[in-house]
Amino acid sequence: MFDPRGPAAADIAVLGWILIGVCLVVYAAVLGGLAWSLTRRRRETDDSPQTARRITTVITSLVVLTTVILIAFVAVSASAGRGLTSPTGPGALTVDVVGYQWWWDFRYRDVTPSDVVSSPNELHIPVGVPVVLNVQSRDVIHSFWVPNLHGKRDLIPGIVTHTWIQADVPGVYRGQCAEFCGHQHSKMAFTVVAESRDEFLEWIARQRMPASDPSDEAARRGRGVFLSTTCATCHTVRGTDAGSHVGPELTHVGSRRTIAAGTLPNTRDSFLRWVRNAQAIKPGSRMPSHQHLSTADLEAVVRYLRSLR
Amino acid sequence: MVRVLAAALCLACIGCERESRPFTSLPSAAAQKTVGTDLFAGPVAPPRADTSPFQENAWGVSEGKRLFSYYNCVGCHAHGGGGMGPALMDDKWIYGRQASNIFETIVAGRPNGMPSFRNKIQDVQVWQLVAYVQAMSGQASIDVLPGRSDHLRYSTPENARRAEPAVQTGHP
Amino acid sequence: MATATTISAEQETRIQAELERSWAVPRGVIGWLSVVDHRSIGRRYLVTAFVFFVLAGVLAALMRIQLAFPENTFLGPDLYNQIFTIHGTAMMFLFAVPVMDAMAIYLIPLMVGARNLAFPRLNTFSYFVYLFGGVMLFVTLLLNTAPDVGWFSYVPLAGPDYSPGKRADFWAQLITFTEVATLAVAVEIVATVFKMRAPGMSLNRIPLFVWAMLVMALMVIFAMPAVVTSSTFLLLDRLVGTHFYNPAEGGDALLFQHLFWFFGHPEVYIIFVPALGMVSAIITTFTGRPVVGYTAMVLALVATGFVGFSLWVHHMFATGLPQLGLTYFTAASMIIAIPSGVQIFCWIASLWRGRPRFHTPLLFVLGFIAIFVLGGLSGVTLASVPFNLQVHDTYYVVAHFHYVLLGGAVFPLIGGIYYWFPKITGRLMSDALGKVNFWVLFVGFNTTFFPMHFLGFQGMPRRVYTYPATMGWGTLNLISTGGAVLLVLGGALFLYNAVRAYFSGPPAGDDPWGGDSLEWTIPSPPPVYNFLHIPVVEGRHAAWDRSADPPVVTGIRSDCREVLVTDVMDAEPDNKVEFPSPTIWPFACAVVTSLFFIGSIFTPWAVPIAAVPLAVTLIGWFWPKEHA
Repeated sequence: MFDPRGPAAADIAVLGWILIGVCLVVYAAVLGGLAWSLTRRRRETDDSPQTARRITTVITSLVVLTTVILIAFVAVSASAGRGLTSPTGPGALTVDVVGYQWWWDFRYRDVTPSDVVSSPNELHIPVGVPVVLNVQSRDVIHSFWVPNLHGKRDLIPGIVTHTWIQADVPGVYRGQCAEFCGHQHSKMAFTVVAESRDEFLEWIARQRMPASDPSDEAARRGRGVFLSTTCATCHTVRGTDAGSHVGPELTHVGSRRTIAAGTLPNTRDSFLRWVRNAQAIKPGSRMPSHQHLSTADLEAVVRYLRSLR
Repeated sequence: MVRVLAAALCLACIGCERESRPFTSLPSAAAQKTVGTDLFAGPVAPPRADTSPFQENAWGVSEGKRLFSYYNCVGCHAHGGGGMGPALMDDKWIYGRQASNIFETIVAGRPNGMPSFRNKIQDVQVWQLVAYVQAMSGQASIDVLPGRSDHLRYSTPENARRAEPAVQTGHP
Repeated sequence: MATATTISAEQETRIQAELERSWAVPRGVIGWLSVVDHRSIGRRYLVTAFVFFVLAGVLAALMRIQLAFPENTFLGPDLYNQIFTIHGTAMMFLFAVPVMDAMAIYLIPLMVGARNLAFPRLNTFSYFVYLFGGVMLFVTLLLNTAPDVGWFSYVPLAGPDYSPGKRADFWAQLITFTEVATLAVAVEIVATVFKMRAPGMSLNRIPLFVWAMLVMALMVIFAMPAVVTSSTFLLLDRLVGTHFYNPAEGGDALLFQHLFWFFGHPEVYIIFVPALGMVSAIITTFTGRPVVGYTAMVLALVATGFVGFSLWVHHMFATGLPQLGLTYFTAASMIIAIPSGVQIFCWIASLWRGRPRFHTPLLFVLGFIAIFVLGGLSGVTLASVPFNLQVHDTYYVVAHFHYVLLGGAVFPLIGGIYYWFPKITGRLMSDALGKVNFWVLFVGFNTTFFPMHFLGFQGMPRRVYTYPATMGWGTLNLISTGGAVLLVLGGALFLYNAVRAYFSGPPAGDDPWGGDSLEWTIPSPPPVYNFLHIPVVEGRHAAWDRSADPPVVTGIRSDCREVLVTDVMDAEPDNKVEFPSPTIWPFACAVVTSLFFIGSIFTPWAVPIAAVPLAVTLIGWFWPKEHA
């Protein structure tokens, strides 16, 4: 949280420094007072009524000081909070965040239904633009959190909650689930890619397009395997007959930076390991292992998937 | 003392079976070849899987329940009451209510509209669905049966349904 | 109203012999099960709580081994989830509250001048219910059916759809077990403190330890019903098909969080407030002076108790509740630091004024101040909503609550055990080993939990069984695991010291420390009747303010278990009541109750079926007895 890349996180970081700074000073003072109390030379006047009165005065002043500090904390915190509930400016982008056990779906709204983009586990945002997020869960409580950009917001089934993020520095930021949601809560991460407005529009335009046709024989074979076996039962690849919404959409899976909800980097080796034996990497997740696939079929499928940019 | 330990071990086994989460392997009687008929070659009958390996496994039954919605079995069978397809929560069975029969139904399909899911759903998941189909008519221990689901209430929860003797109808 | 008579030596001997007969602790197996005296039950609570502490600590050690390295494969996700759930549940429900109950049960009658705790049979019943519930939970761990949804068991994860099998049901029933036991003890504490104090111990002369236990007991009575409601609704949803937490049918997943945390926040004060009482007792004795500001200290305890009920939503800041409401809870969560601050300042002033003797109990109190104040300050930072939204559900919170619970409750508890061990057993624990023990625990604790603040800042979430190697969290986690090794060592040292002293420690005598309260005026260990004569208390520090020939109460029968009941404000004698003798019915009732609770996990039929034997045992329990 102390590496902010957006206005919200920056405000929280400043608040954090203030709170922690004051608390450390208070702590040092308390420890100092304790050390002094233990080591001071005792005097006969310690038991006199004047000393008792002085002690009362000192303690009362310290309590008043504590109260003042705490009221200041409340004020600072409340004012920071008010600035953080709503985005900084108009014209914000709206993205629906849907949490599943144990992956994320980011859906970019559009007036034209066929232009709605689903980008599982990777959220692209333009730099400098507030992005409003409507967060909801399809199963249990999750929590959306990108430490570099803002605090977290829980995804509660039955309710749509709201938050917003804004990145002022281009870059790739990691987010992850922050509410215990079952076996693979630990591996339910996602990536936020903050890029310039033009890059973002380019990306959206590419995402809207259906899957590219495979260019070589191996990828074609892979598409054949994909469509004729269990893959198509769970995954959508727009432009083919695979249209199931059980698992994340794979139309542009080759262009993502990670797979398996941030668990593995997008490399050929990761794809092979994931498709062959997902349960060894993320035991309990909803992706079954495919050890019955022959090596040739497996490599073909992976080649096809990586070609889906 | 030995008897106490033996009893404890038995308890341990019961606990293990119901509660195990076999992510990377099937519990006990794993993917057996099923037979669709009573006829067989040779003097010795091949083994028939009469129970799904997940039948006494609560996690497997709940996975089957989830897959029942995911793979759109509810599209034809609703949540057990049937529609285009026959009801699955009652006592009437067209092709037999044993696990191997249900497995065959799912994998090979049946006349009059039941599609074949061979190569479309992995065997492990089919066994989970089999266990759930059996659970829909109450054919599992009460502590294994799922409870009410987090959706609009469509029926009594599975753990409130009681298994009745099967009636082989042979027709829809 | 006091008449000056002297009790002759033959009268003393006769009274003593009669008291020894009437208050005798029964022997044999049936006798052990029928015991109703507070010292035996207190000792059992103490030993049982520490057994659970060790077991939960072993689970924590396993967790630390798994988290020592990124992508570690020592524990898989399923087992890890069960382990961290049981660690939290056992520490909170089976150790932290019962161990404070244990100290209360043992010490309150001795400190207020009574022969037993109020409602002795209920006390016995509560112990067995607690024991059976705890055993049930750990047996589930052996049967792979331990709850795996966290000690807070949020729905819908713990609901029927996402938690198949019986695991979450065992969690919910454990709540019922411990709730019954803890509520019973709370009722006994309130009744004893209000109605069984020795004459002369008016409200403004009650030791601070007793005040702390009273506040704790009142908090239990108001907080526990909320959690048992939440767990009962969960059980009903899972077993019977109700829709309390089903949004599709008009229920609400957040309802569980509100009910749970309405209890959950006072729960941590229930654990922490008794420790404050122990700190006051230890500081009084080891500075040789009364604690500064008695009235302020009492008011601080009461204020903590009250304000503690207004904080619960600070566990839910991330759920999207309206800002204005959240600001109220920020303010309340900050304000609760004020009474704690008052207490810390008064204690430091007491150390300033008095003449500290640095024996082991005082070392643990000093460790408490150093650790708890840091934990309290990190709590103040957590009260701020924006800051909270960044560090909620990260290791920063794990650091915070271990600082306030281990530092704020366990350090005073261990100091308290070093302090009261001679009274309970008649032998002294080794002070030299105790000092080593303190330093091992202090260094180990800070090494384990201080790095977790930084892990939270770096973004490491809670309740994860592993973390990626690329995050750079490995070093701090390894350091934390190293600290855990020291903690285990410290715990082992403590147990070794206690066990060795129990069997072969030097005899302690009545008052090895020069303590100020009533328990130091009787032999160690106390006789079965506690006080040969019920004392008349002459000041706030009953032992220090005792005159040379102290007045006592006469007229209480010694040939049966008669106790003196006094009035609430000034402890004027009110009437005399005959307390029950040892009886097997509380144990029998506890057995039936436990079977009822466990049976109802599997079938609703357990309710009507168990009602019959339950009625039988209750009838046996309450059957009117011939009074002597």
